[in-house]
Amino acid sequence: MIGKVHSLQSLGTVDGPGVRFVVFMQGCPLRCGCCHNPDTWDFSGGTEYTAQEIVRKAVRFKEYFGEKGGVTVSGGEPLLQAEFVKELFELCRNEGINTCLDTSGCMLDDAVEELLKVTDRVLLDVKYTDAEDYRRHVGCELSQVLDFLDYLDGQGIPTTLRQVIIPTLNDNEDNVLKLKEIADAHKCVDGVELLPFRKICQTKYSEMGIEFKFGRLPEPDPEKTAFLQELL
Amino acid sequence: MEHKNWNGFNGGSWLNEINVRDFIQLNYAEYKGDGAFLSGATYRTRAMMKKVEALFQLERQFGGVLDIDTATVASLTSFSPGYIDKDNEIIVGMQTNRPLKRSVNPFGGMRMVRQACEAYGYKLSRKVEEEFRFRTTHNDGVFRAYTDEMRQARKCHVITGLPDAYGRGRIIGDYRRVALYGVDRLIEEKKKDKQLLSNKPFNTENIRQDEELYQQIAFLGYLKEMAEMYGFDISQPAENAREAIQWTYFAYLGAIKEQNGAAMSLGRVSTFFDIYIERDIKNGILTEATAQELMDDFVMKLRIARHLRTPEYNELFGGDPMWITEAVGGMGEDGRTLVTKSSFRMLNTLYTLGSSPEPNLTVLWSNALPEGFKKFCAKVSSDTDSIQYENDDVMRPIYGDDYAIACCVSAMKVGKQMQFFGARCNLAKLLLIAINGGYDTTSGIHIGPQMPVLTGDKLDYDTVMDRYNIYIEWLSKLYVNTMNIIHYMHDKYAYEKIQMALHDTDVERFMAFGIAGLSVVADSLSAIKYAEVKPIFDDNGFIVDFDTVGDFPKYGNDDDRVDLIAKEMTHKVITELRKTPTYRHAIHTLSVLTITSNVMYGRNTGATPDGRKAAAPFAPGANPMHNREENGALASLNSVAKLSYDDCRDGISNTFSITPEALGKTDDERVDNLVSILDGYFAKKAHHINVNVLNRETLMKAYEDPEAYPNLTIRVSGYAVNFHKLSREQQREVISRTFHVAL
Repeated sequence: MIGKVHSLQSLGTVDGPGVRFVVFMQGCPLRCGCCHNPDTWDFSGGTEYTAQEIVRKAVRFKEYFGEKGGVTVSGGEPLLQAEFVKELFELCRNEGINTCLDTSGCMLDDAVEELLKVTDRVLLDVKYTDAEDYRRHVGCELSQVLDFLDYLDGQGIPTTLRQVIIPTLNDNEDNVLKLKEIADAHKCVDGVELLPFRKICQTKYSEMGIEFKFGRLPEPDPEKTAFLQELL
Repeated sequence: MEHKNWNGFNGGSWLNEINVRDFIQLNYAEYKGDGAFLSGATYRTRAMMKKVEALFQLERQFGGVLDIDTATVASLTSFSPGYIDKDNEIIVGMQTNRPLKRSVNPFGGMRMVRQACEAYGYKLSRKVEEEFRFRTTHNDGVFRAYTDEMRQARKCHVITGLPDAYGRGRIIGDYRRVALYGVDRLIEEKKKDKQLLSNKPFNTENIRQDEELYQQIAFLGYLKEMAEMYGFDISQPAENAREAIQWTYFAYLGAIKEQNGAAMSLGRVSTFFDIYIERDIKNGILTEATAQELMDDFVMKLRIARHLRTPEYNELFGGDPMWITEAVGGMGEDGRTLVTKSSFRMLNTLYTLGSSPEPNLTVLWSNALPEGFKKFCAKVSSDTDSIQYENDDVMRPIYGDDYAIACCVSAMKVGKQMQFFGARCNLAKLLLIAINGGYDTTSGIHIGPQMPVLTGDKLDYDTVMDRYNIYIEWLSKLYVNTMNIIHYMHDKYAYEKIQMALHDTDVERFMAFGIAGLSVVADSLSAIKYAEVKPIFDDNGFIVDFDTVGDFPKYGNDDDRVDLIAKEMTHKVITELRKTPTYRHAIHTLSVLTITSNVMYGRNTGATPDGRKAAAPFAPGANPMHNREENGALASLNSVAKLSYDDCRDGISNTFSITPEALGKTDDERVDNLVSILDGYFAKKAHHINVNVLNRETLMKAYEDPEAYPNLTIRVSGYAVNFHKLSREQQREVISRTFHVAL
């Protein structure tokens, strides 16, 4: 099966445990104001690969994965190409490679459920804990993401919750405590990561001639992010 | 034979023959824990280090050279003893009578000594000029014998950096022998070897050997005299750890007083010392703190070792290096690890004394190393950027478990093998000379077989390869013959008496050739093969530039189409080199290592078909060209790992810079991930890697304000330097290198 891939990164250490080969899928239905990969939005872009081709590349890095590492599929939104990613993960598992899915959790259909059967870990972006923020800054419903998380919990798939901390929007204790509530209510969640909002992607937006919606916001103070992380 | 100073040691064949490995194997205790047992610097060490730091600062203020004694030729006994702080030093001995004062050593060549003196505002004394008026130096000898073609090859920089004007270095004496056996026993054994020779036919080979043994014995005598000047009798085996370290250091000091070789490496002493240290700890003579103190004082002495160099030399080997390379860790042939507590203590000096390029700490990595040690190394790397890693699993099957590293990546059995160092040839320039039918457009020199310039509006891969092969064959023969002259003359006029006295008499020799510009050549050939390369001619009909249209696979992306071109290139070169016999039946080896000379090689090379501009730097060693890696760090490592160690037995150097953020989110994650990366890279049978964990911004700040970063150490190519000691051009090149960043 053929998938549309934005890029491949042979050394990923921030998207899932250990050393990981990261596949960035092309195409995303969301338009998050904080997105640092706007070049992955357009579904007509990207390079076509078969799942076998990707796995053949990933296998070449197996020696580096150690006990914890493996393959992470990120994006874009991998769920848009769930059947392809499922095939990719199956092939990874046949090679004994750990599989990790980095997603917004914005959709759940039969194809996604099949994909999750071969997923060892999910990195779930819970972008905000407020429904209105989701509508305004993401383009989907918070409830969709929580349904997705409930499903993960039901299936018992180890999950890391992630949230980008954006000054003025969600860099407050209330939000982080709500996030903690969500985490505590789901047994499958074994970690919560707060990621500082970064603006180095501004150049990408400029090159593409589109507006970086959150470009006007500051990057968070590292101490504040650390303080919020302490709450978890 | 027994000696009272060996009390508590397990005996074995080392008692009856000179065999340090046997002594180590029978007496060392492997250590599989972590670094929690380590001690910090003592008050004495901190005070001493402050004095050393002040001297370093003074040296910087004096433009890199604190002082030169222009009237005293370096030798084992020509300088009265020198100290930093006599009453508080634990390990003593200095090259001259004052710390950081440099001596002149004209045995390799007068010209270089004169120029070096002048470059720093001194003038070589009349006394030394007179003393050497009727003496032939190594440099004199070489230039008497060089052919016109050799001179031309040197002049147009297709072969550069040859050790024909100073000591050749890259020889590691087994300095431990002095500690284990005492000098008298070593003299006795050498006398026996000389006696044995008397029954052999007196041909050139044996006469030379006979005279060399005479010199070795004489210099072992001078070594004793040198130690006596410092109040020590080293005729007998060392009695305790302090003496073992002191005796070993004296032997090394003798070597660097006698020779100004480019790389004067130390060998593999940590685990040897550990046997003495653990015996002393057991006997209540040492504590952990005083054991570390001994190691610290020893390493401090190594950090103030200096040779007098010319600015031209620094262009090749930036940063005033000595390559006091110490191999740490590794596994034994019996499956036990050779990691001991003193392996940790040696690396710990980067904390107790601060980070530093010297000694050149080299971890022999094996997948079987204890986890605690792996993690400690990764932490030290992240914190100090001061260590390099080499693949013990690849080298041990070839060199056994008592080998060490000379210079950056050259493995040899300690005391049993040595090498004839041979710098490197410029493969990228050679490609341009081949295309131009034996003309070097940069220097305007005609050289090699003379043929028509390749014509046509597009370079054809097969035609270029056929032509290139002709020139590789030509250069290989010339290169071996040039090296034969150099090493014949070095043996004749600047023989390493002390270092060879600390080798077995029947020594195995390598002749180490090298190549520069491998990634430029691989990408250029790939461009010719997969894209369209149009040659651009000058008015005289020579090709001076290229118009490359279309994309092509680039080395550094784990793409076999180009990576295998690089691999085949090294195979071709070593195969051709082997066709010409070497001086003293040395075994041909090849390295892919440039030190910092990649900048100079690039400057002397025209534009290349890969799109590199004329005079732009090459990538160092076996590195992919800067910023051509499109698939991240591991893909880059995989490309380098494809080069075969069987073809490149003198080492394959790779320098890897990664930002802390790209290595993981927390310190623990970074350590674990670095261990995974090293495990993976070496499981791929790669040979060597320098690890830098830093941000480009830090280097840029240090570039703007060098005084604010006096101790910023970075790994460059097979060694580490203080960033501020590099030339501005070298600094810019280091900054422009690929930094693997988090996306």
